[in-house]
Amino acid sequence: MPAILELEKVYAKVRRDRSFQKEFHECLKQYVGRPTPLYFAKQLTRTLGGARIYLKREDLCHTGAHKINNTVGQALLTKRMKKRRIIAETGAGQHGVAVATIAATFGLEAEVYMGTEDMARQALNVFRMRLLGAKVTGVDAGSRTLKDAISEAMRDWTTNVRTTHYLLGSVLGAHPYPMMIRDFQSVIGREARRQILAAEGTLPHCLVACVGGGSNSIGLFHPFIKDARIQMVGVEAGGMGLTSGKHAARFAGGVPGVLHGTMTYLLQDRHGQINSTHSVSAGLDYPAVGPEHAMHHDSGRIQYTSATDQEALEAFDLLSQEEGIIPALESAHAVAEVIKRAPKMRKNQILIMNLSGRGDKDVNQIAQMRGIQF
Amino acid sequence: MPAPANRIAATFDRLRRGGEKALIPYLMAGDPSLAETETLVPALEKAGADLIELGVPFSDPIADGPVIQKAAERSLRAGTSLRGILRTVKSLRTKTQVPLILMAYYNTIMAMGERAFCHEAVLAGVDGVIIPDMPPEEADSLQRASAEKGPCLIFLLAPTSTAARNAEVIKRTRGFIYYVSITGITGAKLRDKDSIKRNVRALQKKAGKPVVVGFGIATPDDARQIAAFSDGVIVGSALVRKIEELQHSPDLIQGVSRFTASLKAALSDSC
Repeated sequence: MPAILELEKVYAKVRRDRSFQKEFHECLKQYVGRPTPLYFAKQLTRTLGGARIYLKREDLCHTGAHKINNTVGQALLTKRMKKRRIIAETGAGQHGVAVATIAATFGLEAEVYMGTEDMARQALNVFRMRLLGAKVTGVDAGSRTLKDAISEAMRDWTTNVRTTHYLLGSVLGAHPYPMMIRDFQSVIGREARRQILAAEGTLPHCLVACVGGGSNSIGLFHPFIKDARIQMVGVEAGGMGLTSGKHAARFAGGVPGVLHGTMTYLLQDRHGQINSTHSVSAGLDYPAVGPEHAMHHDSGRIQYTSATDQEALEAFDLLSQEEGIIPALESAHAVAEVIKRAPKMRKNQILIMNLSGRGDKDVNQIAQMRGIQF
Repeated sequence: MPAPANRIAATFDRLRRGGEKALIPYLMAGDPSLAETETLVPALEKAGADLIELGVPFSDPIADGPVIQKAAERSLRAGTSLRGILRTVKSLRTKTQVPLILMAYYNTIMAMGERAFCHEAVLAGVDGVIIPDMPPEEADSLQRASAEKGPCLIFLLAPTSTAARNAEVIKRTRGFIYYVSITGITGAKLRDKDSIKRNVRALQKKAGKPVVVGFGIATPDDARQIAAFSDGVIVGSALVRKIEELQHSPDLIQGVSRFTASLKAALSDSC
């Protein structure tokens, strides 16, 4: 708790500090490779025959996903707090890789907690993190996935709070994390706004993004939230279908509760025990959703829907073949929603989808699912 | 039926008069089963426990180390729920008046409803509740619900707590203050007993309420040293580990009682 309060204080200061913001944006430009393109997906637009579809290319960020934006911000913050060690949780391994990367370049010691189930699914990312000099610690408790990795990172933080910053990867956890991470990820929406105005001279009609914890989606949505006419759609993991019970659709199947220091929609049983979740994509496989999403859900500002494993896999193929872009399985859930939605929109309407990460990390898993051995 | 605050206060009064320190063993309710819990509680009391803490199992216990986490998994596999625990407490109250304190993560209470929980907990005979993932800032509504007719809300303080936080907890806590000996999780190693001593003494002075110390107290020797300057000790993981070892053995009750008695004997030495 004192660590959270310290973080709140330090962040409140740097939020308004011009030199911090300048350093942050310089680092995003030189190291991450921002701004990322807002790419007009001509083939996909033609194939679906409706709205003009733009892809925000977060897959082109260094390390292959939007996750790095937040790690840059928090690493700078760690330095300001004069802490030498960062810890993190990871599910699919994208956040872990981003943390290991940023630790290497900032000269920080890094330890990443990862469920042993996820370590087996994402062995390549485990190797990448170790290659970058990070320590990867397997978590063999509970469901051995992301939520257990978060619990373990929190235990480490409680123990080593004086020397260590917990570099949380999504808009989860206690305040100020959800707000701070949203701020760091809002660079996505700010760029997209500028880029669409330059390309089309008008704001988009609809924004689509996948929602695990919810950092890439809130990053795209937040700078547009006051434009009441812009529709926003968050796509959760429908897993094997909502009636199967094997999914991670918190808004469809969850009720409010408290997990990891946040009150939000949770997949839980009637006794308040957290349910295990299922998704083909490890990055969406978490029983809670960011609290700011819960607020926008209740107010109706953002609509939430879901895509099943099957729909995401079909979308994965379609985007690969139509546009020559292999999306992350997480982002493929957003593509699945675009496939449903774009044809119903008029041809002069504009849709922006956040392509939050690239699919290289998933190629092995997909090959395996198709019975292909390398 | 005694009011919850009374059973805890009466116990600390009795101990103070006798120059004794409180021994508070922790066990995970429902580990290995609620039937065993119902046997273990009176056995612990007989072996010297002054108050008893009952863990409510939670799927994601962020304040607990691996020993208690595994106990929660065993308990959940055995089908334990908060309502089931309250039924067990109710049944225990026909056999014992030892103060019973629940340690529960907030989500299990929220799922039941704060008011329903407070009402039913007191009706069953629960005296206090500790919620490790609820900071005082977030406790207002539960505190209102419990103040009317609920169990004592017992708050925790840690070595990293600020003076403002100390004052807040001193104001809010009922029954006693739970001082967490270390920055860390249950079952970790005790370090730097001198600084624990300084902090506990300072708290006792300001609070005028009993200050008991938990986290990391594993052996009779630890218990003796910590009890020398506090109002009592909580022993969790070490006891839960005993239960884990003996869960399939006919010696379960006897072994756990023996360990508890050794702790109590150590506390008597410290006074």
